Amino acid sequence: MTKQLDPKQKLDIEEILTDLENYHPPRKGWTWREVPAEGVEMGPFHYKDMSTPLKQSIGLPASKYFDYIDPQPSCVVTTEIASGRFEDDLRRMRMAAWHGADHLMVIRTTGQSHIDGLLEGTPEGVGGVPITRKQIRASRKACDLIEEEVGRPINFHSYVSGVAGPEVAVLFAEEGINGAHQDPQYNVLYRNVNMYRSFVDAAEAKRVMTGARIFQIDGAHNANATAKAGWLVMPELMVQHGINCAFSAAVGMDKELIGLSTVPPDAPPAPKLWYDLPYAVALRDFFSEYKMRAQQNTRYIEADVEEAIRTHTIDTLISMLTSADIQSTITPDEGRNVPWHYNNVRGVQTVKQTWAALDGIKELLTLNHEGPLGEMVRDIKVRAVAFLEEILEIGGYFAAVEQGFFVDSGKYPQRNGDGIARDGKGGVAANSIVARDPDYLAPVCDHFGDNHLPEGVAHVCDLIGGCTLCQPEKIVYIDELDPEDSADKRLEATHPYRKGNLIKPEAEWAGDGTILTQFFVPLPEDFAAAYGLEMAQRLGLQDPQVVNLQVMHPAEGCFVEVKGKVAFDVDVTTLKVPEKEIILPEEELRAAVKEVGLTVVAGTVGEDEHSVGLREILDIKHGGIEKYGVKYHYLGTSVPVGKLLDAAIETGAHAILISTIISHNDVHKLQMRKLADLCIERGLRDKLILIAGGTQVTREMAAETGLDATFGRGTKGIHVVNAMVKVLQGRGVL
Amino acid sequence: MTEDRIAKFEARRARLEQLSDAELKNRFWELCEELMSPIVDLARTHTSPSIERSVLLRMGVDSVSSQGVVSRVLEAGLLGKGAGHVVLKVAEQRGVDIPAAAALILEDKDVLQGLW
Repeated sequence: MTKQLDPKQKLDIEEILTDLENYHPPRKGWTWREVPAEGVEMGPFHYKDMSTPLKQSIGLPASKYFDYIDPQPSCVVTTEIASGRFEDDLRRMRMAAWHGADHLMVIRTTGQSHIDGLLEGTPEGVGGVPITRKQIRASRKACDLIEEEVGRPINFHSYVSGVAGPEVAVLFAEEGINGAHQDPQYNVLYRNVNMYRSFVDAAEAKRVMTGARIFQIDGAHNANATAKAGWLVMPELMVQHGINCAFSAAVGMDKELIGLSTVPPDAPPAPKLWYDLPYAVALRDFFSEYKMRAQQNTRYIEADVEEAIRTHTIDTLISMLTSADIQSTITPDEGRNVPWHYNNVRGVQTVKQTWAALDGIKELLTLNHEGPLGEMVRDIKVRAVAFLEEILEIGGYFAAVEQGFFVDSGKYPQRNGDGIARDGKGGVAANSIVARDPDYLAPVCDHFGDNHLPEGVAHVCDLIGGCTLCQPEKIVYIDELDPEDSADKRLEATHPYRKGNLIKPEAEWAGDGTILTQFFVPLPEDFAAAYGLEMAQRLGLQDPQVVNLQVMHPAEGCFVEVKGKVAFDVDVTTLKVPEKEIILPEEELRAAVKEVGLTVVAGTVGEDEHSVGLREILDIKHGGIEKYGVKYHYLGTSVPVGKLLDAAIETGAHAILISTIISHNDVHKLQMRKLADLCIERGLRDKLILIAGGTQVTREMAAETGLDATFGRGTKGIHVVNAMVKVLQGRGVL
Repeated sequence: MTEDRIAKFEARRARLEQLSDAELKNRFWELCEELMSPIVDLARTHTSPSIERSVLLRMGVDSVSSQGVVSRVLEAGLLGKGAGHVVLKVAEQRGVDIPAAAALILEDKDVLQGLW
């Protein structure tokens, strides 16, 4: 077993890949979040509908105003990961988990659903990764470490679809995958897999998934992502969900393990609530025995990240007004390119922020079923039932698919003739199902359908001395089939950026160098795009591409976003990082100030009339030292150093604060030294705290001039109080 | 045809509007189950190359070999017996374990002759 993760250390990918042949998942099956019935106390608040907090996590930016609390929604939160290189996805998973994702969905490489068999090894994918035993095992191993680090189980998810469904399901069951998409309709409609093959395979796959307690999500949401008018296909969506649920339950799947993939079908500027809310309510009424996986809308995502986030916020509101067992997130940049890893985090933040803001909303608001909502809900239900009756009338499900009943953009019963029709004799893997003979036998567990065991066999896999589901050591692990197209080769190439000293920014892969620039340019649309490319090239960015452009005004100009690759490496050892001053907690500072009755004298020294900076350090209005209880005597500007010292003695002050802005001929440093020397002369150096500040002053000057602390630009009152308290602590006064 | 469909829908709607919410929901599920019943039967009585490969995987045969074995079993017209059944029979006849029986089938397809 790999050692525990250290939050200060990057995930060691090479270590994850070591000894994989002997790794088996410590647990299997889906896990829901723990949601205390009495609510959750966090910081100053009581939350009504939150789950147990994480052991380690990163809260929303504004959490700093609320004791850094990071409330976690009661639903499972999904993020989808699709970079094409699973070794880079692992780091992305860790980042997403630290922000609250506990359902990590890995997208498959393009075309895998048409491959009649399993893939092995770790080839690079397009728009996702090739799902293989090695990729799953390594990813699950990483998830096992990450869940330990954040303190909450992680559900790892992929897809049991395509023409190798049963094998993929066995692979997932063996390797401890926790959730999977499985919907035979998806294969038929969107992947043109032969309809009989798809359903026969699905029965086996679903039985295998049930055995390993893999949570199932259906594929109905694709209808509103595909149909020309997604908001009109709601009766059909109900039918598609119903078909997969009924089929799953009939082949033995536990209803607890069956989830509906449902998307609010609309997006602003459409009047979203009038379509999405009745649909959400109708669905939850009919499917009350099943789980809801609420997805965010992808259909209308354009290149504008903020627009997507706003739509997703409303999608999440609809989940909260109805219900969601799983709230899925979509990276807000999905509309512009391969999702960038920090956008996985931003997607998760949208849910976290909305859920916290609207915590317990149902205790405050109830839906008004009496008015138009009730009528619209009823209408969707009636149309869905009528849809089913018509399918039955014309000869059943397969006949309906052949006649193009599905994904038609008309509102049922209207039909626009643009539905997806499939031929029962056609499609990928047509004519590939075979009738089972009367003595058909499959000597393994979790097998669906007729199976003629010999007399006297107590347990089906006793015939072979145990199957892989009972004896994982029987699983045959294949490492690589093509060592040239493998994680090892790619890791070799990215080694300097992961474990060496070289640094490049990244969007999806280690060392990819990709960055995004945002700017306004006072040009009309066409010129703005051309300018974006020219500017990026002159900045030295490689492969520049305009990824977003919005007209602010047809003539005045445009907002432009350009991505490109940074061409150079930076050696991390050449970076100069100022040593970080640790600020004591505010409460501790206030207590210390109170204990000694901390008093200071302050003034701008020399022939210097600047007063603004020092006043900001002193006054309560600007968050100055007064805010923390410090009393001050301000002597004004152009004050001689000696006069400050006299005042300090007279008032019994603990500290002298001088401001010195003018730095010509190093006069600021002279003033600072003069203060220190004068105190030593009078034998008061160890009684007084001496501090200087100014725009040209640096932290290093304290040592140089004999003061206790020196401050430059950006200093706040708290920094000064912190320094004074630390000196007093050092002197044993506190 | 279209007008006929719309008319039929209006008739259905008139009838369905008489149902209570609970009755409408029951009707929805009855219809779903009725639609799926013949398909479940189809699945119960049929198999496919992928199902059979998935059986071999569970028997401890690697993914690459399971491809070859299922092709051989299909060619020999024995998929209806179950590929796992075939491999088990070869293993018993030859006195070898399951992976070895799978390897034998891959080496020589005549191994499958006269099994039944």
